[in-house]
Amino acid sequence: MDERIARHPPATGGTIVTDVWTAPFWEAAARRELVLPRCAVCGTYRMPPTPFCPNCHSQSIDWIPHDGTAVLYSYTIVDRVLIDGMEGSLPYVPAIVEFPHAQGIRLITNMVDCPIGALRVDAPVDLIWIEPEPGTALPAFTLSRQQREHD
Amino acid sequence: MTSANSSRTICNKTAIVGVGATPYYRRGESAPQTLDELVGKAILEALSDSGLNCRDVDGFAYFSGGFDTGYLMETLGIPEVRFTASLTGTGGGSAGSIGLGAAAIVSGMADVVVCVGANQQGSQRFGAITSAYPATPGNAFFGATGLVGPGHIFALLARRHMHLYGTTREHFAEVALSARANAVNNPEARMRNPLTSEEYFNAPMLADPHCLFDFCLETDGAVAVVLTTAERARDLRRRPVEVLASTHGGSRDWGRSIYWMNMPDKVFASSGHASVAARLYAEAGVGPQDIDCAQFYDHFTSQVIMQIEDYGFCERGEGGPFVADGNIRLDGALPINTDGGQLSAGYVWGMTHVREAVEQLRGDAFNQIHDAEVALVTGGPSNLPVSGLILGRG
Repeated sequence: MDERIARHPPATGGTIVTDVWTAPFWEAAARRELVLPRCAVCGTYRMPPTPFCPNCHSQSIDWIPHDGTAVLYSYTIVDRVLIDGMEGSLPYVPAIVEFPHAQGIRLITNMVDCPIGALRVDAPVDLIWIEPEPGTALPAFTLSRQQREHD
Repeated sequence: MTSANSSRTICNKTAIVGVGATPYYRRGESAPQTLDELVGKAILEALSDSGLNCRDVDGFAYFSGGFDTGYLMETLGIPEVRFTASLTGTGGGSAGSIGLGAAAIVSGMADVVVCVGANQQGSQRFGAITSAYPATPGNAFFGATGLVGPGHIFALLARRHMHLYGTTREHFAEVALSARANAVNNPEARMRNPLTSEEYFNAPMLADPHCLFDFCLETDGAVAVVLTTAERARDLRRRPVEVLASTHGGSRDWGRSIYWMNMPDKVFASSGHASVAARLYAEAGVGPQDIDCAQFYDHFTSQVIMQIEDYGFCERGEGGPFVADGNIRLDGALPINTDGGQLSAGYVWGMTHVREAVEQLRGDAFNQIHDAEVALVTGGPSNLPVSGLILGRG
């Protein structure tokens, strides 16, 4: 098994730019709170947040706090420098997680702080917060403790 | 070929009458030529091949935003243009740009349309292109995760396909090895040394499960084709290659795809081409069994397997075993990427595939498929539009 620990992604993504529809997600993230957008009229979750509910076209959104319970939907392992600034971050693991308690919407994120070789599609994962720059926070995920003990 | 049932199709009404290309240069090695210069060289060669000249051209149909038509007219001496338009999106529109040109001709908005694609990579490599995207509210949802290139993004789809269907790296390897075997016979291909399975599996993993040989090349070059009415095509120099159908767009379930990642599970582990493929066959009046060779947009080996499924050559999830059975080799049931593809011949945003299909149907390809009459070409699986093209020997 690849025992190396998945590291935090490089801070090459630049500044997070928001608009009126996406700002609540990132403002909550800065407070280390995960909130997911749900249509206030018909209750359909959508991700990323967009101006209209694709189901009923309402523009009202409830931002629902989420405990971060998720499953690993897919991932890739980056172990090679492609651009400057990646050198200190290898290996890192861009990933997609799915929220079963939020109608299965997904977030593009990172798996961190767990052995690369223990990663499995559909594994339960837990939310943790990472700091690409001091004073910022981004949601990331790690294999759930339950999963690690099972392995 | 018989026409599809509706008169409101482009089937058999236009033909590709000329093809031109620059050499396929290794990334950066086309300098000091400029990008517009490469485009101009491909256009001039395509016109020369057709027997037409710049004074005949009255339309341009592009994809991914295209080029500056006014500048091309100025430098090439094209007197007047009646149609100049581009599909939206990126490399997904390469095959569809032929349909855009055909639509202009069938509707009477132009008589002779040039379709052209080109790359010239300077300091910015395509392999890390996502890292150079401007910071936008939409990009924020993947930009911070270190998905610096398309190879990383498509690796997420590849792993899901492996998980759902049991697809393996051996399957990806067969796509890469098959492409290389074809390139070995193509004097214009960039990679002409044979590739072994051992070399494939010893290559660095760039974006697990994608290794170096699962990625297409980074190439500079330009490819242009000239399109006109089927009637006029009969009087020109070269055997016409008729446009049977060209569709673009796609379903909402695919949508922004790699920048959205919320596709339904079955669509997620696909190339996003299923709806475009269904319309393509219906409009051409042919089915998968009629395709003599296919030129699939091969930015990544895994996406070739998913396109084979989306275009109905096997059931969903069976693309891996389909390639493992030898079907995509030159002597197989579905020879693909017969010039070596973007994996081994050259990467010009899908336009090399249009070129190779034309050469197969004219009968002058380097790896000529015996009696090839119908060829499939696809545009890049990416955010919409994706696109497809079926050409027939005229």
